[in-house]
Amino acid sequence: MGNILAFCEFDGGALRASALSNLSFARQAASAHGGEVVALLIGVGAAAAGPAAAAYAAKVVTVEHGDLGHYLAETYAPIVARLAGEHGAAIVCATATSVGKDLLPRVAALLDAGMASDISKLEGGNRFTRPILAGNAYSTVEVSTPVVCVTVRQSEFAPAEPTGSTGSVTSADAGAIDAKGARIDRVDSQKSDRPELTSAKVVVAGGRGMGNGDNFKQLEALADLLGAAMGASRAATDAGMVPADWQVGQTGKIVAPNLYFAVAISGAIQHLAGMKGSKTIVAINKDPEAPIFQVADYGVVTTWEKAIPELIEEIKKVKATR
Amino acid sequence: MKILVPIKRVPDPELKVKLKDGAIDLAGASWVVNTFDEYAVETALRLRENAESGESHGEVVVVTIGPDDAGQQLRSALAMGADRAIRIDGEDKALDSRVVAAVLAKVIEAEKPDLVVMGKQAVDGDANQVGQMLAGKLGWPQATFAATVELAADKASLTVGREVDAGVEYKTIALPGVLTVDLRVVAPTSVKNNITPASHSYGTGEGGPRYASLKGIMAAKKKPMEQKSIGDYGVDVTPATRELGITLPAARAAGQKVADIPTLVKKLVDEAKAL
Repeated sequence: MGNILAFCEFDGGALRASALSNLSFARQAASAHGGEVVALLIGVGAAAAGPAAAAYAAKVVTVEHGDLGHYLAETYAPIVARLAGEHGAAIVCATATSVGKDLLPRVAALLDAGMASDISKLEGGNRFTRPILAGNAYSTVEVSTPVVCVTVRQSEFAPAEPTGSTGSVTSADAGAIDAKGARIDRVDSQKSDRPELTSAKVVVAGGRGMGNGDNFKQLEALADLLGAAMGASRAATDAGMVPADWQVGQTGKIVAPNLYFAVAISGAIQHLAGMKGSKTIVAINKDPEAPIFQVADYGVVTTWEKAIPELIEEIKKVKATR
Repeated sequence: MKILVPIKRVPDPELKVKLKDGAIDLAGASWVVNTFDEYAVETALRLRENAESGESHGEVVVVTIGPDDAGQQLRSALAMGADRAIRIDGEDKALDSRVVAAVLAKVIEAEKPDLVVMGKQAVDGDANQVGQMLAGKLGWPQATFAATVELAADKASLTVGREVDAGVEYKTIALPGVLTVDLRVVAPTSVKNNITPASHSYGTGEGGPRYASLKGIMAAKKKPMEQKSIGDYGVDVTPATRELGITLPAARAAGQKVADIPTLVKKLVDEAKAL
């Protein structure tokens, strides 16, 4: 028997959508281990977000301290490792976000734990299936240390629903905070009203063939019509057409929306690794030989210049009839 | 400044994945330096050199754990410009991230580098663990998934641009520390060391790791390569992770090309029920 310590990211007074996928895994793992889910919230605002988390987990632990205002692996990992011990954790888990991927291996080192990264499935106990080789194969592994660290691929675990009861919320001390000489100078982020790329139901992505950032505005118009998130191939982000955090792929974000539009994207393996789990894939490309057509459910061989205005017009027609 | 770069050999990622007896078929695989590790070597070289005068301002040591053949990947790194190499004999199957981090921590105790630079992940296992584990074991700061790196003029700290989900985070770490690198670190102006003139550009476009010159390849043959065994480091090398099996993903059903946009939208509505 062992509990599942689920590190949860939050924003304002609520859990992030990514945290709900982690809690979904944590529930499965708690049932496999005969233990409870303990949701862990660390940082400034943790105490305020605690009650929101209590809708999803039997226990919530919050660690609030002014020196934990910005996530740092150096300061967060010792707290997670200590609480793993105090709460009898068999598994410590987080979503494989840029924070989870940075944090959990460091926690594993502090616990001398084995680790499974970016898992797509819990097979039972400490057996996990995870993509390897850029998603071209799946490996099932068993991890044999007393505590195991896991990161969870968000697109493979549906967001947890509320449990229907309210868990207990307690606070824990931060302990001695030592950043080991690390600090955050600044974060350059682009605020957007669009849904988060990793949890959007529809994604509109453009590639190198879009030519420049101005042309992406037409894709953005399509995205806004559909309530979609914007994505891009590495070629487009590398060329500076759009922000790097739009990148979908092995390096970049892994997405699995209901509907994915790949516009002027050739379909390099690197990109396919990030989106081939999408339910329906539409490819628009002027090159009939582009590899993207091999994974697309629907392909149209045409230029984006012709396709996008037509697409917007046709979708508006459909919407008007509803 | 002394920089240690751990590298891993991986089967050529351009080749199609085949299974044999429930495992990846590696018979006849051609092995290459893990892409991100090659970028780590490039980063280390840029951090220690004056790219315009050609002078070296430090030592770059590459290390790998692997069988005899893995010496070839070390030679590739030496040919790019690294100064010396250490090969620790070990079979790929007997290693997991936890064991690798434990062995590397011992190498670092002995070598005492100012900085460890490594790829953010190996493109075969895609685990993305060893750098962070190593930093945790050593109690060092970590800067992972670096897209840009700037070494302070006093060489006591690094400022790293990290591509995170929310945008680009600029993190400064005191040295010694662990740096793991992402794809864009090899762009023409991603690495600054306050030695090479700031206006210097490494190539054009997307940039990339440097090619070994013929002179570099010849010189690499004479550079020192130390041979060790895992046993020399006195750590528990029992892997905690055991592979139970490999499967290939189901192929996507063949799609269809449609004639025009109105047909596409009709099919998305009626057939895929996606709109």
